[in-house]
Amino acid sequence: MKEKLNRETIAMRIAKEIPNNSYVNLGIGIPTLVSQFTRTEQNIIYHSENGVLNYGSLAELGREDPDLINAGGQFLKPTIGMSFFNSADAFGMIRGGHIDISVLGALQISERGDLANWMIPERGIGNIGGAMDLATGAKRLIIAMEHTDKNNNPKIVRRCSYPLTVSECVNLIVTDLCVISVESEGLIVKEIAPGWNKDEIQNLTEAKLLFDNNITEITL
Amino acid sequence: MKPIVTPEEAVKEIKDGSSIMIGGFGGSGDMPTNLILALSKTKTKNLTIISNTGGLPGFGLIQNQLPPINHDILIKNKQVSKIISSFPVSPSPSLKNALEDIYKEENIKIELIPQGTLAEKIRAGGAGIRAFYTPTGVNSFPSENKEIRLFNEHKYLLEEWLQADFSFIRAHKADTLGNLINKGTSKNFNPLMATASNVTIVEAEEIVKPDQLQPEQINTPGIFVNKLVRRD
Repeated sequence: MKEKLNRETIAMRIAKEIPNNSYVNLGIGIPTLVSQFTRTEQNIIYHSENGVLNYGSLAELGREDPDLINAGGQFLKPTIGMSFFNSADAFGMIRGGHIDISVLGALQISERGDLANWMIPERGIGNIGGAMDLATGAKRLIIAMEHTDKNNNPKIVRRCSYPLTVSECVNLIVTDLCVISVESEGLIVKEIAPGWNKDEIQNLTEAKLLFDNNITEITL
Repeated sequence: MKPIVTPEEAVKEIKDGSSIMIGGFGGSGDMPTNLILALSKTKTKNLTIISNTGGLPGFGLIQNQLPPINHDILIKNKQVSKIISSFPVSPSPSLKNALEDIYKEENIKIELIPQGTLAEKIRAGGAGIRAFYTPTGVNSFPSENKEIRLFNEHKYLLEEWLQADFSFIRAHKADTLGNLINKGTSKNFNPLMATASNVTIVEAEEIVKPDQLQPEQINTPGIFVNKLVRRD
């Protein structure tokens, strides 16, 4: 088996997409890792929908404060410049278009950029949390995910068979195999993981991929 | 002055079929645990619980500490017939909470609402706004049987307010007039739910005289509060 990017490398590639001075919300899973790869001098402000802005690193073991958590249930370190607010304000920031970038995980993405990430039909029940508000309200939506599921089935499909979170909302997909920009003409592969070629990636993708003329190897 | 009562006294007037908003995001710091525990010792049934989660025992767990008490215990006790929530079950299918275990056999109705819509419905309920339009949920499950209206060629969904008979609210400091202060990230749904229920019951670590709180730091004014309970 050829090597795919690991979770940290996917997060590292996404960190490159975040402009200085952005307000950013990170979902659970791979997206959480992104904050490890942005630099302090970039002045990126992380938002968490349970009601905190400008959280930095996580609390050290033994110094956890139950009144200082993010929406993933991680304990935060007190940081200068933090602010706290209620859930209506937290979601006012999201729904009111004040969040520059949302990074979320996905179960499926369609060729139009539809996102399905809240329920596996076999389970019969799922959590929506803040995903629907984030995918609707953030200015730019980046998806971090593995290119295929555990059984090697494509996650980038023609039409989502799982229930939709939001239709036509995804802007960029970063997988363990490539970087795809969702544009009006379709899914355009911009970068490919080292050692992989176009045919191999298309074979692991149900949706039809377009390949950029200036396609490059993924750089970090 | 607001009455200061025990958790047991506070939950006495809750009857079968009551609706209760329970504040907190889902972790241990922000939930009114003593009120939930007192309610679990009553014989009330057919409750409707409105809370961010459906009761997640493992959320925000500090290493080597016991899982925090939350409304999972009310579901286990079969006191609940309906849950209104954005995050009803465990993120991992292999770690089921009580709700996922028993909702089918106990016929518990689960109403799933996007978290921002849930917060806004409660805010609207407290502010007398009967309904509002939001783009969240258009083209997905929240839009079933709801009005969709076009504004500048964009679709918006009509969502109604949410109110409840009771709310259980967590605060860190309360004064005897019912003014409240929450610490850190423990505001979340607490200040909103306090505005949207008929009877708001507050569980606070400290209850002090009004001259002990800085007016600028009060995040929930006493007008929304009916009873105070001291947290052990």
